[in-house]
Amino acid sequence: MEPILQVKDLNVSFHVRGGEVKAVRGMNFEVGKGETVAIVGESGSGKSVTAQTIMRLIPSPPSVIKKGEVIFQGQDLLKKTNKQMEAIRGKDIGMIFQDPMTSLNPTIKIGKQITEVLIKHQGMSFSEAKKHGIEMLKLVGIKNAEERFDQYPHEFSGGMRQRAMIAIALACKPTLLIADEPTTALDVTIQAQIMDVMKEMQERLGTSIILITHDLGVVAGMCDRVIVMYAGEVVETGTKWEIFKNPQHPYTKGLLRSMPRLDQKKDEPLIPIVGTPPDLIKPPVGCPFAARCDEAMRICERVDPGATEFSDTHMARCWNLHPMAKEAQSS
Amino acid sequence: MLRYVANKFFYMLVSLFILISATFFLMKAIPGDPFMGEKKPSPEILARLMEQYDLDKPVFQQYTKYLGNIVQGDFGLSMKKQGESVTGIIVDTFGPSLRLGLIAIVVSVIVGVLLGMLAALYHRKLIDNIAMIISVLGIAVPSFVLASLLQFVLAEKAHIFNVMGFEGPLDYVLPVMALSAQPIAFIARLTRSSMLEVLHADYIKTAKAKGLNWIAIMFRHVIRNGILPVVTYVGPMTANIITGSVVIEQIFGIGGIGKQFVESITNRDYTVIMGITIFYGILLMLARFLTDIVYVFVDPRIKLTGGKER
Amino acid sequence: MENEQRMPHPAALNLTPEDFQKIGPDEKQSEVIQRESLSSWRDSWERLRKNKLAMTGLIIMILIVIMAIIGPMISDYDYETNDLMNTNMPPSSEHWFGTDDLGRDVFVRTWMGARISLTVGLAAAAIDLMIGVIYGGIMGYFGGRVDEFMNKFAEILYSIPYLLVTILLLVVFEPSLGTIILALTITGWINMSWIVRGEIMQLKNREYVLASRSMGAGTGRLLFRHLIPNAMGPIIVTLTLSVPSAIFAEAFLSFLGLGVQAPVASWGSMINDALSGWMYYPWRMLFPALFISLTMLAFNIFGDGLRDALDPKLKK
Repeated sequence: MEPILQVKDLNVSFHVRGGEVKAVRGMNFEVGKGETVAIVGESGSGKSVTAQTIMRLIPSPPSVIKKGEVIFQGQDLLKKTNKQMEAIRGKDIGMIFQDPMTSLNPTIKIGKQITEVLIKHQGMSFSEAKKHGIEMLKLVGIKNAEERFDQYPHEFSGGMRQRAMIAIALACKPTLLIADEPTTALDVTIQAQIMDVMKEMQERLGTSIILITHDLGVVAGMCDRVIVMYAGEVVETGTKWEIFKNPQHPYTKGLLRSMPRLDQKKDEPLIPIVGTPPDLIKPPVGCPFAARCDEAMRICERVDPGATEFSDTHMARCWNLHPMAKEAQSS
Repeated sequence: MLRYVANKFFYMLVSLFILISATFFLMKAIPGDPFMGEKKPSPEILARLMEQYDLDKPVFQQYTKYLGNIVQGDFGLSMKKQGESVTGIIVDTFGPSLRLGLIAIVVSVIVGVLLGMLAALYHRKLIDNIAMIISVLGIAVPSFVLASLLQFVLAEKAHIFNVMGFEGPLDYVLPVMALSAQPIAFIARLTRSSMLEVLHADYIKTAKAKGLNWIAIMFRHVIRNGILPVVTYVGPMTANIITGSVVIEQIFGIGGIGKQFVESITNRDYTVIMGITIFYGILLMLARFLTDIVYVFVDPRIKLTGGKER
Repeated sequence: MENEQRMPHPAALNLTPEDFQKIGPDEKQSEVIQRESLSSWRDSWERLRKNKLAMTGLIIMILIVIMAIIGPMISDYDYETNDLMNTNMPPSSEHWFGTDDLGRDVFVRTWMGARISLTVGLAAAAIDLMIGVIYGGIMGYFGGRVDEFMNKFAEILYSIPYLLVTILLLVVFEPSLGTIILALTITGWINMSWIVRGEIMQLKNREYVLASRSMGAGTGRLLFRHLIPNAMGPIIVTLTLSVPSAIFAEAFLSFLGLGVQAPVASWGSMINDALSGWMYYPWRMLFPALFISLTMLAFNIFGDGLRDALDPKLKK
């Protein structure tokens, strides 16, 4: 599959009062055409920073992109000027955010917020843009789209607002959609509807999606591949089935254990991952997960583990996967 | 919408009624009769005066008559200026005050908003610091101190402006500066903090994600939302300017309603004090009422039923 | 499919089987507490102390209060004795701030004026605080119809321009320290009551208050033990900022001849007295004007700093 996006060795830091927070440390991944890739991790793991870096929306200062490349359709986005990025944002890459309550401008009508992007990128007149905008609102499942077009965000429910956000992000039929926790702020029943809308729109437009989430349930519903992030690093990647059926990293296993499943036995408890992520001002020299890991070994605290590959698509970074680990434990 | 306006209007009338009543009964509470002065008038003249000012009638009857006259725009006769009506005095002196006040309001809004916007855009840079120093000083230095200082430095010493008087356009400069300083300071602070909030809002990130350029983001999304709170300051600003003008007119010798107010207080010209107090009250309440109405149009989030959330 | 990994493959290191020994839970360096946790008040104080501007404000406030107390004592003159031989004298070693049109010592009068102005400011703020906390506490705690009624009343009262009411009251009742403070507080408490109301309304649905209520705590205990202490931050900030506005209002009233009456001086009345001859005797205006501005400045920047320190969320 031809990748439309390749992120290579991305390193992003923030400068805060206490020092430099190394939020993303050596991130590598790619997204193929029409593919949905989930980036999973808890808050502070660097997943949102990665997403905003791709869009070059990350505020600088305080953030600095230390090194790396973001190759989108053959061009490095990190080398683009601001002007060039403006032509890409909203047109080739769309983005939706976590909280639909705050991500729409409260004083501008929904319609205007959609047409704005169409007029900018497609050079449409207002009436053309309005026609197209109403069309988009219908596609994302907003009823009475003609009336809704002239309403303000506060007249929309949370789910409706997120639909409107999807309509805005997809209005110009972008190649890539970045959805940053699109369902976290919504009710569970609404979450499924929003995911369905996204899936439907993807089938219609052939858009690739990067889905940022901490909810593995959302991942199971719509993703092809999963990237598990911890403390700014990728700890495991694989296809959805590889991650769910055959997780290799203790953190991935922990995430899965802490998630309720339908086939769960009645008295089988959910097991939380204890502890908190490390302070990324002083990232640990060894494996960042070692402090919280049940299977931690001496080496884990000293050296960051390399990748062990299980298939073309499945990789994990953990010392327990090293041949010597099995020897040591069997002896 | 109509219900909202009616509701606001009703409360304005209630407040006004209370102000008029309070004014009236407070004045009645003053011990002695208002004509006790240096020379005591003869009983006949006193009786005629009492009749002329309705003071010979029962208090309640005086009150209803006063209310009725106010509705017709009649505030009665001055007690110290023979034969002059309070309404006439107000009409004669309001012109210069109105001109001064309106210019001060326009200057305050323009300078204050610009200063606040610059401070927010250059947050924590030199411009921000300068703007904040100006605004802290503007709030801390009382208008009469500033007015005296301006008068001393720019008129008395540097001879750039006239010390007193109110004829040419140049004569407006110092009073307007003195009057606008405090509103500018408030508006700049208000604009700055609300602009900072807007600049960090999620919907600005959305606008950036749409690929809008900086200018479009500023004009369509940031500025409009950033200066919204300034609308709420129109009421307090009117109060501020009125208060200020009372003093400023005195200092610069401007024959406006504020100067008249101070004179009537010094002379204990009760009917004029009452009239100007009520007139000021009406101005202020109208300003607040208009603010409430305008705010509905600029901020669609306001609920029309019960007024805005505090 | 993933590109090159930045770590060398484990085989490249010299690894021994010991490296692969599991670490027991005791050995783990997990959960090292990063910084010592401070109580929220200590935390706020630390933030306030680092705010140079606010601390400057605090120091100026303290200095002015000290001078108001000792200023009149360290001079040989008193504030009311006229000395018609030495009128309008410029500052000298004899009269540090000069003398006024009746030959009274401006230094002593400035600090006597400070006493009056500060008394007015502090007393008005204190009364606002008391009425505001009680009224606002009741509104916020009971909510519903009680709140609706009391709030409407406050709104109507608030819509009557307070300086006008103050002026009227002082035209009717002879201005004295007491009537001035009273007149200033007649509507001054409303703002405080709204601050308290808002805070209490937010706080009363917090879990710890509900928990306390479920354990049978009474109204008084809830209000004074849980609600008001936790609303203290905004209350203190409002209090700090209401002092300078009362000082300003008193000065304004003095300007109308409705302030404290001669021979007693306040900063406002001194400025008003100085106004007529101030082109020729600038010192008579300079000192009271300087100190009233400094005081208002100090209270304002200290209040701002306090707000930032108590509510770090607001600080961008």
